[in-house]
Amino acid sequence: MTTAVTTLPVLHPARSLARMDMTLALRAGSVAGIVAVYAAAVGILKVFGQREVIVDHLTLGHVFLFSLAGACGAYVWTRSKASIRLRVINVVIAGIASGFFLVALIALMANVNLRWMFTALSSDLLRSLIYDRGAVGGSVLFLGAGALGAICGALLIGLPQTPRRCLVWGLSAVLIAGVFQELIQIALRFGWPITSLRTFLYVWRGLTLQGAMIAFATAFCVCWALDLGRRHLRRRRGPADIDVAIPRLRSQLASAVLLLCILVVFPLVAGSYIGQVMMLVSLFVLMGMGLNIEVGLAGLLDLGFVAFFAVGAYTMALLTADSEFALAHYTSLPSLTFWMALPLAVLAATGIGILFGLPVLGVRGDYLAVATLGLGEIVRVLVISDAAKPVLGGAQGILQVPKPTIGGIELVDPMHLFYLTLVFVLVAALIAWRLEGSRLGRAWTAIRDDEDVAQALGINLVQCKLLAYGLGAAFAGLAGAIFAAMLTSVYPHSFSLLVSINVLALLIVGGLGSLPGVIVGALLLIGLPEVLREFNEYRFLFYGVLLIVVMQWRPEGLWPSPQRKREVRTPRLG
Amino acid sequence: MAVASEKTRSAYAPAGLKPMITQTIATEHFNKRQGAAPVLLRTVDLSMRFGGLTALDRVSIDVHQGVIHSVIGPNGAGKTTLFNCVMQGHRISSGDIQLAGERLIGLTPDKVAAAGIARTYQNIRLFTGITAIENLLVGMHRHLKSRWWEAVLASSRCRHDEEKAHAEAREILKFVGLAGRGDTLARHLSYGDQRRLEIGRALCTRPKLLMLDEPTAGMNPREITEMMIFIRRVREAFGLTIVLIEHQMRLVMEVSDKVTVLDHGVKIAEGDPAYVKSNSAVIEAYLGHAAQRQEHPA
Repeated sequence: MTTAVTTLPVLHPARSLARMDMTLALRAGSVAGIVAVYAAAVGILKVFGQREVIVDHLTLGHVFLFSLAGACGAYVWTRSKASIRLRVINVVIAGIASGFFLVALIALMANVNLRWMFTALSSDLLRSLIYDRGAVGGSVLFLGAGALGAICGALLIGLPQTPRRCLVWGLSAVLIAGVFQELIQIALRFGWPITSLRTFLYVWRGLTLQGAMIAFATAFCVCWALDLGRRHLRRRRGPADIDVAIPRLRSQLASAVLLLCILVVFPLVAGSYIGQVMMLVSLFVLMGMGLNIEVGLAGLLDLGFVAFFAVGAYTMALLTADSEFALAHYTSLPSLTFWMALPLAVLAATGIGILFGLPVLGVRGDYLAVATLGLGEIVRVLVISDAAKPVLGGAQGILQVPKPTIGGIELVDPMHLFYLTLVFVLVAALIAWRLEGSRLGRAWTAIRDDEDVAQALGINLVQCKLLAYGLGAAFAGLAGAIFAAMLTSVYPHSFSLLVSINVLALLIVGGLGSLPGVIVGALLLIGLPEVLREFNEYRFLFYGVLLIVVMQWRPEGLWPSPQRKREVRTPRLG
Repeated sequence: MAVASEKTRSAYAPAGLKPMITQTIATEHFNKRQGAAPVLLRTVDLSMRFGGLTALDRVSIDVHQGVIHSVIGPNGAGKTTLFNCVMQGHRISSGDIQLAGERLIGLTPDKVAAAGIARTYQNIRLFTGITAIENLLVGMHRHLKSRWWEAVLASSRCRHDEEKAHAEAREILKFVGLAGRGDTLARHLSYGDQRRLEIGRALCTRPKLLMLDEPTAGMNPREITEMMIFIRRVREAFGLTIVLIEHQMRLVMEVSDKVTVLDHGVKIAEGDPAYVKSNSAVIEAYLGHAAQRQEHPA
């Protein structure tokens, strides 16, 4: 639905407007329909269809198709300039058009066997989607559902803000309660009052219709109450200051603390699998905060970031492992513990970061991305090379890296490791936050905005850039060292280019230059795919769509820093 | 340090600053008078070639301490190139540049800034995404001595430093007429405010020499007059030496102590405004040969 309506034929004013709108509706409907057919063909619809949101009533596949129709309805409603009556007709047309493509697919599948090419296009899939209504009934159902979806979408967009927000909250609550039912059920497993809440909302397979209604109503009411409260406050305080000059530090801090509390409590109630996922998320948060210094603050695009992660991990392994590759094995160095090796790993990564920064000091913009990409690959290739095999273990990696111990107790449980990492994350966040507001942070911002002017104002580019690389690398090295101890082994294949790209993507989605944004991005891009394992195949499709959507509608990221928000959202004057 | 020239001293210099030189008007006298003040910036046979194009051709300029020294010339005369060369943004082809006797050649721009030169740009180059006061704080970077780990530990010295810097930035803000607007985004300021903020940012580096590149570009007559007064105030308040690139002849004639005229990278005239105004080479450069011939039909 993102296709821009650019040039449209200009005919007679009155008739042309109507025709124009019709074209718009058909185009929007077609895009939605094609997306639906694509999703069916590559199998997304199939896995979505297997995930039940409300047991026996609604699958994620239905939600997906319905919201596609809704989105195109909303699009037509906002873009159309005709009278209300005509607009409604156009919305319906768009909805029907979006349904039509799947109907055509059904007809095609009835006559031609497409499964030799698209294995996902089974008759089971369609049968489950049309609730066993047969070809004709199913077609009518699809067209009707398309129209209904489009109307719902248009209505939702047309509603005033308060009821719209409440509706969205309610629907999201149902969706979350349904899709994440396993996790929520695990979280609700203990104690009498909570257990009865669980039997109230869920059967073992998932959310019941009754539960869905309760979830919807609760979220709706909560949103409404919050809105009333907010209005009350605003009336007492007078209109909010629109000028976004002073960042609201306190509210920013409060939401960050809230986010943190969720991070701390969530794995406790959600079980050990979530503990592992959160462990991974927090490692990426660490790396994200490191890369944030380089890219978000200093504007130095770095696609070889994984190298620092690898250096941290390998340093930890070489210093602590009980293996033939460990330094202690063939030199007179003692075998170190996790805690003694950790600062050395961070130092090693910092050193590599500075080394890494040296050759690319004078490189700017796109060239910097390419140069760092190359440097990152050099590190990876070196590690798996035959030349380094006697030292670094080649593709087999280094095994038997000990887990960290505290007071003689080995931290084996992923949950404990998670909390350990969380402490590091907190320290790192504090460091990053302090740096951001310091003289150095300002110098980084200046370099990002205009390198030449920054230099002419007396800022030492070499020093500032190398500090950015070094500090960013230190964070990644820390993450790498913990990673090695967590896995108790290091393999070169853990350090592919994909890690760098993941970290960069989570920064962009969360909001460049924003610390809470890093957490949001990591939860969304690293945590979510781990929780929804069955969609793992489509992980990068999801990344792509998410990145495009974020760039298009929220270029400052999901949780932007106040500064970034101002930059992107306020018009450029003068 | 301010050895203000006679003309400006009488009108603007703070009371108590004794005139060091007495009344002069004619060019020769002017040069003699300048001799009393030491040379702050000196370029010796400065040449800058870009491939086949000679942007500056053996330009020698002496900027004396405490003066407002204008550099004028038609478009493409090499004025901005001169600034870039002084700032070491370009690697010059030949010649020498000295600030108070110290060679600047081979330094990086940040070292030149540290030596005491600050500049503004023809097309305003503020950091548009940050606020006015943050722009000034970036300019103060050089004077804040706290190291990054002190910022991380929030040491008392660092906090003290920051507070001092903020106070000083607010002073400068007031000086450039933006008191109370420190939290406005630089890009949301009006054009004239942006110009003055850019000068303020340059002042934050505490320069000895301030180089202004067309500070009145795109301004109306009233704003030009305001800018003129402002430039004089800057010189008086900070005891600065100012090099000024300008197209507005009115401003140049009223504000400058000395004018250098460049044309096609060559210095064609130098002297006080009255002398330059009547110089035939200057008139030729600006109006072409035809005008020259008409004026001097012989």
